[in-house]
Amino acid sequence: MDAALIWEWVIKSLFIILFMTAGFAYVTLLERRVLARMQVRIGPNRAGPFGLLQPVADGVKLIFKEELIPAYADKFVFVLAPVLTVIPALIITAVVPWGPQVMLFGRPVPLYLVDLNIGVLYIVAVTSISVYGIALAGWSSNNKYATMGGLRATAQMISYELALGLAMLAPVMMAGSMSMVDVVESQRTLPFIVLQPVAFLIYFMSSLAEINRAPFDMPEAEQELTAGYHTEYSGMKFALFFMAEYIKMIAVAMIGSTLFLGGYAWPLPPEWLGGFAGPINLLAKVLVWLFVIIWLRATLPRIRYDRLMFYGWKVLFPVALVNIVITAVVIVLVGG
Amino acid sequence: MTEIREVSVDELRHLVSDRARSGETMLLNMGPQHPSTHGVLRLLLELDGETVVSCIPDIGFLHTGVEKNMESKNYQQAEVMTDRLDYLNPIGNNLVYSLAVEKLLDLDVPERAQVIRVILAELTRINSHLVWVGTSALDLGAMSLFLYAMRERELILDIFEMCAGQRMMTTYVRPGGLWRDVPVEFEAAVRDFLALMPARLDEYERLLNNNPLFLERTSQIGIISKEDCLRYAATGPVLRAAGMAYDLRKARPYSGYETYDFDIPTETAGDVRARYLVRMAEMRQSLRIIQQGMDRLPYGPVRSNNRKYVPPPRSEIGVSMEALIHHFKLWTEGFSAPQGSVYATIESPRGELGVFLESDGGPKPYRVHFRTPTFPNLQIMPLLSRGHFVADVVAIIGSIDIVLGDADR
Repeated sequence: MDAALIWEWVIKSLFIILFMTAGFAYVTLLERRVLARMQVRIGPNRAGPFGLLQPVADGVKLIFKEELIPAYADKFVFVLAPVLTVIPALIITAVVPWGPQVMLFGRPVPLYLVDLNIGVLYIVAVTSISVYGIALAGWSSNNKYATMGGLRATAQMISYELALGLAMLAPVMMAGSMSMVDVVESQRTLPFIVLQPVAFLIYFMSSLAEINRAPFDMPEAEQELTAGYHTEYSGMKFALFFMAEYIKMIAVAMIGSTLFLGGYAWPLPPEWLGGFAGPINLLAKVLVWLFVIIWLRATLPRIRYDRLMFYGWKVLFPVALVNIVITAVVIVLVGG
Repeated sequence: MTEIREVSVDELRHLVSDRARSGETMLLNMGPQHPSTHGVLRLLLELDGETVVSCIPDIGFLHTGVEKNMESKNYQQAEVMTDRLDYLNPIGNNLVYSLAVEKLLDLDVPERAQVIRVILAELTRINSHLVWVGTSALDLGAMSLFLYAMRERELILDIFEMCAGQRMMTTYVRPGGLWRDVPVEFEAAVRDFLALMPARLDEYERLLNNNPLFLERTSQIGIISKEDCLRYAATGPVLRAAGMAYDLRKARPYSGYETYDFDIPTETAGDVRARYLVRMAEMRQSLRIIQQGMDRLPYGPVRSNNRKYVPPPRSEIGVSMEALIHHFKLWTEGFSAPQGSVYATIESPRGELGVFLESDGGPKPYRVHFRTPTFPNLQIMPLLSRGHFVADVVAIIGSIDIVLGDADR
């Protein structure tokens, strides 16, 4: 292992973290602008051209805000919770491949940080951690609304993780590997959404529930629970929760595109443009995915908590199981 | 660090069940600062998990002493206070007050003023229902509808502004007629609105009516029977959604409502969805009434000629000694009303709005009391929310359509 390889890893890790953070900032802007358009408003357009500096202004505001810790809060856990929430969100995309190998500075560089042979498992494992952050945030605030929000979030994320995991198994079975790179490479001609539309729909719905987005934004149901688990948070600690939510939006879009929509390998051949057609493929899909998520938020009312649990356990979970069984049988019959 | 004193559950024992004292159920204070209590309503919820065991509404956070204040103002000045009661129904409040004063003084109102009153009162009803449909959809998480409703409401507020010079605090309807005639642009503006609105209402209904998520949130939630409505004196869309076609515009017509052709929409389910359907249908009926009003709008004066109570037109003051004296007397000391007490009612967007005036013969009312629809309607809140989830409480508050300025006078 040479020093250059270590440098390569460090740079790639830094790039991913910076990309996700900057992506978060601009997804908030995208959301506000798109929502505004759909709601016959204008949206933020004062800071910089087209409001492009709005995220900077928001960031500066949040940094300079006073950080209150409620008198009866459990201070250590209260501070720990946002950190626990944001870190899994930042590292989750480490296994998502952006493209095949490219030549950079005279050496071949694969456009992914790591090709784990258990990539999909890694994703499922890391998403589970962020539940702790939210549950602890709700609990440590010592506020009834926050506690209820935190409990709802925990129940919701745990229930939907099952369906989510089962939906992610379908492409894994099709590709015969848990490595994200192998999954993408086996979609060069045909993305898995064509063969696995049911799994794709289950993935889409449960990922919305997993990241607490409308119409499953129960934990932070503003109209019932004020702001849910982050009611008592202010300043940068609040910003971290906010950041985790939006980074997770990008992450599920990236993972979903990789598993079902052909990732970097489809529709442009990824070797074009010296290998940089791969990232273009991926990011275009991510943008469309994010747009759909925002679109849903503008259109749909919130689903009620008990109905949400009903859908998770009694609709999505059995359907996902049946889908897995059928996929397995077909794979065995056709011969993989 | 300052010490925080918590109200102990024992102090609330007359309000909550014994299970709350043993800690088995949770007491949750919802409001007065809460995003979906429509102003400053406070609800004390006793929760078993997420299920509401009991719900205790607490009002008074918007108490402005309007009724008491009116006793120290003469009849003309007191009207300004009426706008501040139910801020979504300013013309209706002006109207009911004017009706009461007219009844007390036995004043006549010219035909043109009557028709304009009806048109504006119905516009106010649409205005109020638009705010309601927007905010109650927002409470259910459908945020876009709120902004669409505000877009249409803006057109109505523009019409108010061109008539009264004010968007919300109009004080436009005065005892004996109107403050002044409507401007020439009024007719075109109202006709534009009439042409636009049905399509917009269709758009709202496309977004909500058959939306499975909306159906789930509203059907079979917060059911009340006709008998319970009558027991609690709940009126307006709440009563009509429970199956009783009671509308003061038909039951006790005023301002010539008996000459208009319109229906009273009713539903029988008595749930949140029924109240939604009734209000949506009412907006269409209001459009019908406005259309008829525009078609018959006669020319003529908009103020009574009774100079003892109604100020003379400005143009007469320069040429008539009598007019100058009346003007001076009316704007310095006001008019003295004959002794007696009257009660006048209208159908406000929220139900029966009544005003009771007691006169001791002087220029100021001895006592003014408003029978506002929100107050009795709010009483059914504990009945409606028992056994539902916290999320439903929000839907139920929205469906009663409370305005706290109306409940706390």
